[in-house]
Amino acid sequence: MSAKIVTITSGKGGVGKTTAIASLGIALASRGQKVVCIDGDIGLRNLDVIMGLENRIVYDIVDIVEGRCRLRQAMIRDKRLPGLFLIPAAQTRDKMAVSPSDMMRLGDELREEVDWVLIDSPAGIERGFKNAIAPADRVLVLTNPEISAVRDADRVIGILEAEEKGSPSLILNRVNHEMVKKQEMLSPDDVLDLLAIDLIGIVPEDKSVLIAANQGSPIALDKESRAGQAFRNIAGRLIGEDVPYMDLEEQGGLWKRISKLTGRS
Amino acid sequence: MNSKNSLIQIKGLRDGLLISLGEGEWDRLETLLFEQIDERLSFFSGARLALDVGSQVLRVVNMTGLRDRLSDRTISLWAVVSDEPKTVQTAQLLGLATRISKQRPQEVARPKAAKRVESEDAVLWVERTLRSGTRIEHKGHVVVLGDVNPGAEVVAAGNILVWGRLRGSVHAGADAGGQQASKNTDAFICALTMTPTRLQIASEIENRAGEKTSQKAVKISLKNGEFHSEIWDAK
Repeated sequence: MSAKIVTITSGKGGVGKTTAIASLGIALASRGQKVVCIDGDIGLRNLDVIMGLENRIVYDIVDIVEGRCRLRQAMIRDKRLPGLFLIPAAQTRDKMAVSPSDMMRLGDELREEVDWVLIDSPAGIERGFKNAIAPADRVLVLTNPEISAVRDADRVIGILEAEEKGSPSLILNRVNHEMVKKQEMLSPDDVLDLLAIDLIGIVPEDKSVLIAANQGSPIALDKESRAGQAFRNIAGRLIGEDVPYMDLEEQGGLWKRISKLTGRS
Repeated sequence: MNSKNSLIQIKGLRDGLLISLGEGEWDRLETLLFEQIDERLSFFSGARLALDVGSQVLRVVNMTGLRDRLSDRTISLWAVVSDEPKTVQTAQLLGLATRISKQRPQEVARPKAAKRVESEDAVLWVERTLRSGTRIEHKGHVVVLGDVNPGAEVVAAGNILVWGRLRGSVHAGADAGGQQASKNTDAFICALTMTPTRLQIASEIENRAGEKTSQKAVKISLKNGEFHSEIWDAK
C-alpha cells in the first residue's frame, strides 16, 4: 500500500474542517478504502468527539512521536466501519510537542498501512498548521462564503504556494443558496474568482450536520443529508472519479455555472 | 574560532540583532550559525533577528528550514538581506523584510530619497497573484502580472502597474525610508480593475471604500495634491 496524504486547512477557525475530515474519512472508508484520520489540533482536540470515539482513546499522537507506544496502538478503529481509524491529538500538550519532521516520519510510516491519511489542521498559520501540511501530498483548503474566511483562505493558499506545496483544491462549505440568491452571501463564483484555485466540492448548508456532529455520528453516514452527499462526492473526486456536481432542483442554475467553471458536466 | 568569527558577524541593532554571513557553502554556514547560537542560547533567545546572507542563493526550503530552526530557539527571523535577487524574492514570498532600515522608518534618519527612479532596470516584475499577507517593497517601479488580493500590500518608490485586479493596498512614490513625507508626487498607479482597499501616492492617502468600480483600466496620479483618475490607455 502507498497511502495518499491529504490535509484540510482553512486559516480561520470554525469553518468546518473537522466535520469535513470526519465526513471524508467515513465516505472513503465506506467505499472499502482503508483510512486513518489524524487530529492535528494538539491541545484542542475535537475530531474524536465528532467521530464518536472519545471514550476509546488510550494513546495519542504525542505518545507515538515520543515513543511511548507503537503506531498501531494509537490507531483507534471505528466501530461502524472496519477500515476507518483515528489517531487522536493529545489534549494536555501543545503544538510544540510535535515537529514538522515528526509528522513526515509518521506519514511515511502510515503510507505502508493504509490507503488514505487525512490530516485535520488546526486553525491559524503557526506551528500546528506547519505540522499538518508538512507530510501532505495534497492540500484541500476549506472555506465558507464569508469575506473573513475567504481572506484567511487566500493567505493560507499564498503560504502553501510559497512553501512549494503545489496548488491546493478548494472545498466551499456551508453555502446557503437562498442567501446567495438574495445577494446576502458571497456566491461560489465570487469566491472562486478571488481565490483562483481548483474546486473540489461545494457543500450546502445543512442543519443536520450539527445535529449529527453532536451525536458523534458524522454527516456522511446520513444518506438523506445533502451535505453528506456533497462529502461523498468529494471523496469520489479524491479517488479520481469524475463525479458530477449535485444537480439539486432549486440550485440548477448555480450548479450549472459551477460545472462550467470547473470544466465538469 | 577566528575563521568562525570572520564568517559570522553579529551586531546589535536598535531592537534586535543583525548577523552577517560570509561567503561559503550554505550548509556549512548554517551549521556554524547554529553552533554560535547554541553556545550562547540565553543571549539569543527571544531576539529579533535580521540576517545578511550576502550573495547566497537561498530557496524557499532553505529559508523556511532556517526560520523554523530559529523559531524552535524562540528567535524570530524578520528580515533577510541579500544582494542576490533570487534570495530577495524568496524572502519576500515568505513575507520577510528585505531591507533593514525600511522596516522602522521613524527610527532611521536617512537622506531624502532620490526624487525619481533613475536606473533603467529598477523595475520589479512579479509574475503571480499577490495573495493576502504578501508584502512587496521595492526601491523602483513594480509591475504585477496578476491580481493584488485584499490583504496584500505593494510599496514602491516609483510607479505601480497591476496587469490584473487591484483589490489590496498600494503605495506608490513611497520614500525609501526617510522620516520626511515622500516627495515622489509624480508617481502613478495603474490597474486593469481598480478597487484597492487603500491607495497612497507619496504622502496622499485615498480611501476608496464604497467608490464604484470602473470596468475600464484606470490610471491614478496626483494633480496639485488631488487624486486624478483617468482611463488608462497607451499614449
